[in-house]
Amino acid sequence: MLKTFGAFAAGLIFGTGILLSGMGNPAKVLNFFDLAGTWDPSLMFVMGGALAVTFIGYRLVFQMKRPLLAASFSLPTSTVLDARLIGGAAIFGIGWGIAGFCPGGLLPVIGYGQIEPFIMLGGILTGMIIVKAVTASGSKTAPAGKAAPRPAQG
Amino acid sequence: MTEFTPLMSLAGGALIGLAAVALMGLLGRIAGINGILSGLIALPNSSDWAWRAAFVLGLLGSPLIVLMIAGTLPALSVPVSPIMIGIGGVLVGIGTSLGSGCTSGHGVCGIARLSKRSIAATLTFMATALITVFVIRHVIGA
Repeated sequence: MLKTFGAFAAGLIFGTGILLSGMGNPAKVLNFFDLAGTWDPSLMFVMGGALAVTFIGYRLVFQMKRPLLAASFSLPTSTVLDARLIGGAAIFGIGWGIAGFCPGGLLPVIGYGQIEPFIMLGGILTGMIIVKAVTASGSKTAPAGKAAPRPAQG
Repeated sequence: MTEFTPLMSLAGGALIGLAAVALMGLLGRIAGINGILSGLIALPNSSDWAWRAAFVLGLLGSPLIVLMIAGTLPALSVPVSPIMIGIGGVLVGIGTSLGSGCTSGHGVCGIARLSKRSIAATLTFMATALITVFVIRHVIGA
């Protein structure tokens, strides 16, 4: 119960940060990437603020033996730079550059009631289901041990 | 044109960081929106489903907090056609699933952990987003 409430509070804070920062507004996000046109450097400050707090905050948190409400920290352990990681990131960047929404920027503006965020959400979920379906059918034919589960980072 | 908002963006970014630190300190979890969303569409059989749903509910409810604090909601303007939004959405869904992360998971949480994978992924998606916007706005001229 406490865990659920903690996650809810973290979601509220995260979403508030997204909305105040401008990450939920595709016009602003796309202008950040438009160096040769109507460049708006604001998102550099979003990343800077988020990274500074997380970098220091994580170091304080990792002084604890375990998180306050869970048995252990769940951290990705893979260190391999493979084609799946880089290819996936490249495809994500293309989609982000087309639409201007990333998953974190999207959810806080769903409640605005405009149609575009719903289309985006439908697209993201479709993409996720496609990967899940292809991965599932691929792992049936792959030799045992080949299709290792990947820890989701983001 | 959009207005350059360094202070508001810095403050919003700091809140995003605070939420990421809170989720790690309380639950021991990475605040990666793609991973949380992806875990949600799996069958609700795991104990992780409840906190993921709660986190997403918090995200969805955040405009109410902003309304209470500021009295007004920040602008939402989408200079992209619905069809292109749909295409972009599918690519974001596929890319973040294959690449195990998005802006929050890799760009914030992963880089803060100095994860080699996250640094490589972030450099990659920032680069392809830059190229994509350049091509759409200045080569095709949409």
